[in-house]
This record gives sequence, structure tokens and C-alpha cells, in this order.
Amino acid sequence: QVQLVVPMAVVFGPGSVPGDLPRPLPFRDVQEMEISVNLRTSVTSRYEMLHRSTTGQEEAALAAATAREADAALHPLQDATLGSLTMYVVPETSSLLPQGINVYVGKHRSALVRAGGSLAALQARLREVAQVMSFTASSIAAALSDRVPDGQLSPDARRYLKSSLGYEITFSLLNPDPKSHTVDWDIEGAVNRYVKPVLDKLSLVANFSVDSQILYYAVLGVTPRYDKESSSFLLSAHSLPHVINPVEARLGSSAASLYPVLNFLLYVPERSHSPLYIQDKDGAPVSTNAFHSPRWGGIMVYNVEAPASPQASLPLHVDVDMARVMEVFLAQLRLLFGLSREEVPAEFLLESPGNEGLADWELDHLLWAHTVENIATVSTTLTSLAQLLDKIGNIVIKDDVASEVYRAVASVQSAVTELSLGHLHAAFQASKEAVTSSERAFFDPSLLHLLYFPDDQKFAIYIPLFLPMAVPILLSLAKIVRETRQPKKEPTKMD
Amino acid sequence: CCGPALAGGLQDQAEQFFRSGHTNNWAVLVCTSRFWFNYRHVANTLSVYRSVKRLGIPDSHIVLMLADDMACNPRNPKPATVFSHKNMELNVYGDDVEVDYRSYEVTVENFLRVLTGRIPPSTPRSKRLLSDDRSNILIYMTGHGGNGFLKFQDSEEITNVELADAFEQMWQKRRYNELLFIIDTCQGASMYERFYSPNIMALASSQVGEDSLSHQPDLAIGVHLMDRYTFYVLEFLEEIHPASQTNMNDLFQVCPKSLCVSTPGHRTDLFQRDPQNVLITDFFGSVRKVEITTETVSLDRDVAGFESKFPEEELATEPLKYAEQLPVAQIIHQKPKQKDWHPPGGFILGLWALIIMVFFKTYGIKHMKHVF
Repeated sequence: QVQLVVPMAVVFGPGSVPGDLPRPLPFRDVQEMEISVNLRTSVTSRYEMLHRSTTGQEEAALAAATAREADAALHPLQDATLGSLTMYVVPETSSLLPQGINVYVGKHRSALVRAGGSLAALQARLREVAQVMSFTASSIAAALSDRVPDGQLSPDARRYLKSSLGYEITFSLLNPDPKSHTVDWDIEGAVNRYVKPVLDKLSLVANFSVDSQILYYAVLGVTPRYDKESSSFLLSAHSLPHVINPVEARLGSSAASLYPVLNFLLYVPERSHSPLYIQDKDGAPVSTNAFHSPRWGGIMVYNVEAPASPQASLPLHVDVDMARVMEVFLAQLRLLFGLSREEVPAEFLLESPGNEGLADWELDHLLWAHTVENIATVSTTLTSLAQLLDKIGNIVIKDDVASEVYRAVASVQSAVTELSLGHLHAAFQASKEAVTSSERAFFDPSLLHLLYFPDDQKFAIYIPLFLPMAVPILLSLAKIVRETRQPKKEPTKMD
Repeated sequence: CCGPALAGGLQDQAEQFFRSGHTNNWAVLVCTSRFWFNYRHVANTLSVYRSVKRLGIPDSHIVLMLADDMACNPRNPKPATVFSHKNMELNVYGDDVEVDYRSYEVTVENFLRVLTGRIPPSTPRSKRLLSDDRSNILIYMTGHGGNGFLKFQDSEEITNVELADAFEQMWQKRRYNELLFIIDTCQGASMYERFYSPNIMALASSQVGEDSLSHQPDLAIGVHLMDRYTFYVLEFLEEIHPASQTNMNDLFQVCPKSLCVSTPGHRTDLFQRDPQNVLITDFFGSVRKVEITTETVSLDRDVAGFESKFPEEELATEPLKYAEQLPVAQIIHQKPKQKDWHPPGGFILGLWALIIMVFFKTYGIKHMKHVF
């Protein structure tokens, strides 16, 4: 089955080596764990840990004042291949990590872990960190969601975007009241400055294309309620699901490519409905004033300040603060992909990735999940293709379909091999090729089972044609057979 | 302190358990008849199309297959309209009907291609069913049917086995989360007898051996406008709005035998959830799951232009030319293609040998001289 190998290095800083090490440093250790998805599918995770002590340069880096500086200094000294992890263990009393924080996860592929006294405590903590930074049982189960027996997976799990070869991102500005607001948004600049770095980092995962549009007179489908206390308009949480549909028809997302489309909408409310706030389930206003829908995209409401004097001439010119908007949209993009930072234990401190949008280990997280998902998809596709071909015996397989199937099988085998060697990048590329080939083979237009006659249709067509004609023939045949069987009659006497 | 929160949490979990796990909705609406006297089938399909759009499914998620020969038919006394209620109360054709497969494109092959996804790469996006494993799909079919088959445009038919196989192909590729199949034809229940894939719920307007009847003729237009079952389903759907909580059990009760004359049937054994918990809007509407965004990314605002790590390569493309659609010069001067001659196959040879042998055995070989 599939074995996920994570090469890890556990580096002990000075004064952090626990007393009960089984062997002197450096030594290698392997921890295996089986993640069982259903009776027949299971994934083994294997953390190959190299325990060693710090080199001189690393010690100097660890002597920095804050964890962030230490991480930045350690970055060039690490093995930065995709999928690998490096953990630096600092002494329990170290001041590098703030009070109450036991783990600091940097924005690359390393973490600073506070020693926990005994080896067992340290190993437990290391395991937790490794799982956060690579994959957990639940993230693997979510990636293999169609194999999980029903009932075990809640219907809300795995609503992240499925692994695809490309994604299309559309930014739309909705201005329902152009008479009151002239909205200017520098979307090109914002995409270049804020979105491109994130997409660049994600370009390993898939191809992204970005477009934008402005829609006028596009209203939300819901009328917001006026709240006297805050003298503002409120959209309650349960009316949000009905907001999207009336707008969707005007977004033109069906004219785009065949890749999944992610829509990010910026809505500037009408003068008569300003300011507009979104309420969550408990009635509190949402700080981001935005909400998102899994596998679809997100909507943010951008309130325009009321003009200083009521006699200000309409339309008001509005310059959208693109940085604030992009902060929300990029956060929504991360959530749509499943990169959430909310389930991390409290004693962890996660470094913000800044303008890159996601940390290296979050990229790895995505790649692990997508690789496993791709491999599972390919095996399901090829199995069902084989079943289809078994059922319809006389289907004709074209040569290119056959070559795609061979290529898919070869790629998926190489993906599994690369995973067992710990080469995440190569495994992901191989799994992408495998998915492309298998989809092309399965969805080839020539495999329509309708084009191949089932046997009962053959009978239904030919029997009414040939049966009436065959009746005299068969009767004559029977007569012939009877004649030849009778003993030859005595030749009549010829006179 | 924890009491109400805990109870709230449990209730949330219970709600979650009964809710469907879909994130998008699709509808495939097929009218399999053509010709003026089958007006009611087109009106059926268009009425369901209207309801589905009203409840929120956008055109990009609806695949509408119609022969579309009613509105502009020379026999239509009110051109550009298709009415569903007598006295011409409701024009279901309207201004914004988006028919994806029209006229002769409504074939069994195209229908199965849409369902299974085995579509030629040149097909536009509006003609594809781009559903995924979180899509709830509504499939509505109407036309003339019989025991185990449904007639397409008077020239071919689709059998219940083929339909069941197509659904199985969809399940194998996880092209749906849950599927609702509604059929309004004579002996409609025979079409869902053979389904064997999970998560399918089926409704039919009549049982095997019964005919589905039409509802009301309109004397000005001269044909029957709607079928009974769809008419009463539509009256039921008129009460539904996007936020309503009506469930499938109510849909099963629509059109009892007194109103419909035929006995509507349904099949829920393949469906995982209890129909009591399935909302009508799970299939007919498009209610999105939304989540409040609580996180933000912190961006450094003073960043200059961005140099991509992977500079885009300028692909040297040829200047685009208009593709020759019809190579007229070649066609005009073409000589007829030599068809390769194949000797007659074994079956024909054997048949003729048999016939000749029997003839001459019966009548004697001496008759040969009369032949030559």
C-alpha cells in the first residue's frame, strides 16, 4: 500500500539533550504509524528521524534574541527539499521561546521545540509538531474521503477544493448603486503586489489564472435589516446562503475554462443600506465583514464612510483600500484550500508567512494531501475502467486510450515509489501525470457503452428478419435428413 | 456554564448528521419528444426549469435538453410562447430560456455523454455536466415511455439498463453526491427498477402497466398543455421558497390517484438518508453552505512590484489563422473515394450456401441446366 515517508532531522541544541537517550548522538530512528481509512485502504506514515547535535553555525544562530531571528538565521543551514522537516530542540529554560509557548513553527520547514524533560515527553511533542507540519490522520482521511465508510466522516469534512490541474480565480467588484458611488479599485496593481506572490508559491500545486470584472446594478438577494442600536444594517448569518445565487447568474463563470472557478466578490453597499455589517450566529458583527462558501469563493462587504457633510455631491468617489481587501481574500483563498491555523494547540506559536501567503510547510501539507488524493483517484478510475471493459466484452480500445492507461499505471507506480523514498516533489509530479492520463483514458469519447451492441439487442433485431425466412429452410433440411436416414429403398424394377 | 453550550453543540451535531453534504446543485432536464402534439412534454420540462431557476440554480448549472420546436412552430397560434396553464396564464418560455441541447442534438448518445462525462473536447462548457463528488443532481425526464424504455424523438430509445449503467459510471467517478431522478412518462416506474448505485432517489408518475395522463387541453392552442403528475408537482413547488424546510415525504404524497388517475411511485432503498430529512431545496434549489471568515492574512503594504520566481516563457505562437471550416475546393474536385472491396463475410456466405444446397437437393441437380 502507500507509504508516506517524511525525512526529519532532530537537532539538539546545547543543553537540551535529554538524559535518557537510547544511543549516543548521532543516530537514526524510525517511527511508523498506520492510518487506516477503511478495511482495505490504509496509509502508513513513516518518520525517518536523524537525531544529531548542532553544528557551530547552528549554535550561533540559536543564540539569537528572538525565535524569528533564529529561524531566519537557520534557514540557509537547512535541508530545504519539499517534504522534509527540521526540528531544533532548545533547552527547557531557554528564553528563545516566549513564556507558555513550547513550539515555534517558522515559515519554512523548521520548528523550534522546547525540551520536555524526558525523552518520551520530547518525542510526543516532536510527533505532534511533525503531524501539524506534514499531515495528520484526519487530513489523509479527508483526502481519501470517498473511501471512508459513510457515517464516519461528517458531511462537513472535506469541503476543500479537490485536487485539480488548474484553478481560475475571478475577482469581481459589485457596485449596486453607481449613482451614489464611483468605485475605483486598482485590481491590477493589487494582483501584482499581493496575489501574485501567493499564486507563485502555489504554482507548484496547480496552474492559476486570474481575471477580474466590475458588475453594476448587481444586488444581493437579501434585504438587510436595520438595527437602531448601532444605526447600521445587518445581514444575519442564516440569510447568507441566499445571497450568492442571484449574483452567480451574472458572474459569467461559465464562460471561463474547464478548471474550477473561485469567485471573490467585493460588494459596496448602496447609499441607502450603508453601513452594512455581517452578523455571525451569535449576533456579533464579524470583524472581517466577509464570508466564504466551500468550493465556490468568498464575498466581502466594503463599507464606504458617510460623507462629512450631507450635501456632498453624489456620486462619491471611493478608492478601495486594496491591501485590506486582499488580506481577507487571501485568507479566504487559504481556507478554501484547507489551510487553516485554528486547530493548532495553544502552546504552538506559528510564524506568519507574510506576503507569501503560506508557509513552506503549509505548501507541503497541501502537496501531501493532493498526492494521496491523486493516487487514490487514479486507482479508482483505472479499476472502474477495467470493470467497464469487463462488462462490455466487445468494446474497442483505441491505441491512444491504451497508451494513456499504460502511462497512468507507470506514473502512479513511480509516485508510490517516490513517496516511499521521501521525495515529495517527484511524487506529486508523478501523481499529477497519472491523474491526467487516467482521466484522459476514462473520459475518452469513444468508450461510450451505447456504441457497442448488447446481445439482447442483436437478437431483437435479427430474429424478426431471419426467423420467417429460416422456417422453410429448416423444414427442408429436416426433410433431407429424414430422407438420407431411411434405408435406401429397393430400386424399383425397371422394365 | 457549559450546559447550554453543550446542548447547543449536540444540537449542531445532530443537525449536521441529517444534513446533506453537498456544496453545489445541478439539474439535467430532458424532454425526449418532438412534434407539435407533444407540446405538453416541452411545457413540463420548461415548467420544471422555471421552478429550479426560481429556487436558485443558475443557468450555468442546468443542462436543458429540448426539441425546442414548440415556440416557433408554424402551428403555434401564439408564437414565441409555451404555456403551461390553460387560458394562457403562464408563459414558461419567456425571455431567458437557455436551451443547451436543442432539436436533433437531443439523442440518447448525447444524453449518456452528458451524464458520464465522455464528451468530445470541443464541447462548450454550457453543454457539460461539470459536477463533482459534492454535487446534488436533479434529473427530470419526460416523454413517451414503455415498460423498460423511454423513447427519444421518435427514432431511438434508452433502456432502463443503460440508464442504470450510466448512473453507475457516474458513481464510479463520483460525479454526484446524491441524485434525484424524476420521470413523467407512461409506465415510468419501470425506468428506475434497475438502478443499483447508491444515493439515488427516484420518483415516477405511473407504475408499470399504467399510463400517465395529460392534464388539460387548451382550446385556443389545440393541444394538451401539461401532464397531470408534473402539473401537481409544480403546484407543490410553487409553495416552496429558498428557505423552506419541506421534505421529500411531502413530495411523495403529491398527486394521489384521485387527481392523477395513475399511481405515482417512488424508490428510496438506495438512498442513505431518511426522506424525512431530505429537504426539497436540497435538489430543487441551490442553498450554499457558507462559513464566516474569521482569519486574515497580514500583508506588508510597502512591497514593490513582484518578480516572479518562474518567469513566464513567451511561447512562440504562430499567428492565428481562421480555420478552414469547409474546404470547398477540395470537395468539388474530389473523385469518389474507392471503397475497398471486402469479400462477403462468413454469415452471408453460409446463408447463401445453405439456401442453394437446400434448393438443389430438393429439386434435383438437373435443374441447373435451366439456370445457366
